[in-house]
Amino acid sequence: MTAADQGGTVHISDAAVSVELDTPGMTLNIGPQHPSTHGVLRLVARVDGERVSSLEPVIGYMHRGYEKLVEVRNYAQIITLINRIDWTAGYANEVPFVVAVERLTDIEAPERAQYIRVILTEMTRVSAHLLFLSSFPLELGASTPLMYAVRDREYVLELIEGVTGGRFHPNFNRVGGVKPVAGGGSTTKKQSQDLPAGFIAATNAMVERLRGTCITFDDLVSGNEVFLARTKGVGFITAEQVHQYGISGPNARASGVGFDVRKHENYLPYDKFDFVIPTETDGDCYARYAVRLAEIRESLNIIEQAVNDLPGGPLRSKVPRILKVPAGEIYVRGENPKGEMGYYIVSEGGRIPYRVKIRTASYSNLAVLPELMDGALMPDLVAILGSLDFVLGDVDR
Amino acid sequence: MSFAVLLTIKVLAVLGLMIGGALVVIFAELKIGAHMQNRMGPYFAGGRFGWAQPLADGLKFMQKEDLVPDGADERVYKLAPYVVLMGTVGVFVVLPLSPRFVARDLDLGAFYALAISSLTTLGVLMAGWSSNNKYSLIGGLRAAAQLIAYELPLVLAVVAVAIQAGTLSISGIIEAQAVPVFTIGELNVALPYILTGQIIGFAIFFIASIAELSRIPFDMPIAESELTMGFVTEYSSIRFTMFFLAEYAGMLSMSALATAFYLGGYQLPGLSSTAIEVLGPVIFISKVFLLSFVFIWLRWTLPRFREDQLQSLAWRWLIPAALLNIAITATFKVVF
Repeated sequence: MTAADQGGTVHISDAAVSVELDTPGMTLNIGPQHPSTHGVLRLVARVDGERVSSLEPVIGYMHRGYEKLVEVRNYAQIITLINRIDWTAGYANEVPFVVAVERLTDIEAPERAQYIRVILTEMTRVSAHLLFLSSFPLELGASTPLMYAVRDREYVLELIEGVTGGRFHPNFNRVGGVKPVAGGGSTTKKQSQDLPAGFIAATNAMVERLRGTCITFDDLVSGNEVFLARTKGVGFITAEQVHQYGISGPNARASGVGFDVRKHENYLPYDKFDFVIPTETDGDCYARYAVRLAEIRESLNIIEQAVNDLPGGPLRSKVPRILKVPAGEIYVRGENPKGEMGYYIVSEGGRIPYRVKIRTASYSNLAVLPELMDGALMPDLVAILGSLDFVLGDVDR
Repeated sequence: MSFAVLLTIKVLAVLGLMIGGALVVIFAELKIGAHMQNRMGPYFAGGRFGWAQPLADGLKFMQKEDLVPDGADERVYKLAPYVVLMGTVGVFVVLPLSPRFVARDLDLGAFYALAISSLTTLGVLMAGWSSNNKYSLIGGLRAAAQLIAYELPLVLAVVAVAIQAGTLSISGIIEAQAVPVFTIGELNVALPYILTGQIIGFAIFFIASIAELSRIPFDMPIAESELTMGFVTEYSSIRFTMFFLAEYAGMLSMSALATAFYLGGYQLPGLSSTAIEVLGPVIFISKVFLLSFVFIWLRWTLPRFREDQLQSLAWRWLIPAALLNIAITATFKVVF
């Protein structure tokens, strides 16, 4: 649009501009069925050729009404349900919720159960990040990392399955501990109430194996010239935007905000383990990739430490058969693979919560998307979408 | 033999070579890609190694409904796959598999091959434009932009070869690579152009031909994570098969051109001319498959470039390098 169109004075310098052909952009509807939207996300993009001038994410296609559903279920039933919120990290979804209920009812889970929770949460984190490592290069056109990551993710899922009986939706937590019987056996015998035989050795083997996977990814992806060209300097998130939008998890840490719930709150005994929070300062797609790769390594360290000093003892403390939660309210958050996940529970006493507000990471992480489109091209849009690592179930709930 | 009979035989031979070769390359892609990714690849169809998988795929596609989207420019839409396929078949006409085994040896063979292979991009543009789909349109336009950027280094690289050989005939270029470079005692050693000065030219030609074929890392016209399937999004049935076939036949024809220009075609150092008469096709096809393997290898290893990065690679690096290559080749040609 020239100055004349806007009603201003015409300058001689506008002459060069006005000979340009008027090429109106087009509206491109990406999704809800599109290979790179990770589910049913719809993006209404205004594109001028390759350039994306504005973008509006439309969410809600996957709204399943969890917050309403949990109002008519008792606490044990809710654990089954909230597994499905972020299906790439089923186990990690359960933990903040049971911790919240435990705090409301003044029950403390035994130490062994807490350690098992840490092990499984970190395993979930490894498997979720491996899924990111598979899908992100795929979005950039490299299909082979997908196969390597998914192959090695299987080692983690097998261990999770061995303990909990489920690969994605373990439903393994109980208020006051973890499910007493793992891998069959009688509930009455103390010995059989434990982790499956050979679990510690198998976990150590898995840790070794996945450290190799990280090296494979360093060789195959991290240093790849094409990968660097596509991800470096693309999709900047500033530290300010992190605070504005409430971005959390690896996306925040890639922008230099070194916040991790594991270090700041004691919802699980993370203070007993020696690990660092990897951060990057660039805030671009590559930094988000690098943070996640480093987090896999740190999670493997935690798993190794936890299985090797796993304390003995019971798996579940004494909990009344019919769990009645006293009136009160609480907010407990945990560090999920995608970021901060929290449950705000309001109880009026009784078996059923009055209200549960679920705070999920993907929702806030996705909200920043339109801001990142400043001058981005279509292929950048795909790279940015991939690097934000959201799950639509986690966005819509 | 009458002209008509000979023509029929030639047409059948060219088509047979193209389709047969393409099926082999499709199978190789399925199987090699699978093994690079820790997978099995096809193993049911045909009984052993799943060798019949490409045929089965082709048959499956043919059974599908031939859809024409609402609002598509029907005539252009239906014509596009033929244009793409024709551009590919055309190259096979001038490929000499041995000194005498060639459908038509043109004096301007190299020129003809490069010109006719650009037709595929016209077909892609037609497909993208007529599909009445925004993704197809972007894919088609990307292909056109890619053509302009990559046809130049491709042609410029071949110019250097033509200067060195002193001819534009493909057979002539291959024969020029049989001229002994030096002798060890009694033995005359002839080397292909890739070893006698055209290594940069080969690299340029190869990179440009990947872009020309729009394969990873330059597959932006298709880019399934961005454009679902680019210009083939709306195609189905036999027309989709044609695009599919043309992609792999194009890979063969580009490999064949690179073989003829840089790898000595049907020549192999140390073989007598009578041996080459017999073994020529085997040598030629082996070299073509070797290059096709490199195409496949790259595809399963690399991510995809961005359109603007591809343009800057072409205009800022490949074209200057190709021009420099011509200057150096011409200087050597004049001086020695």
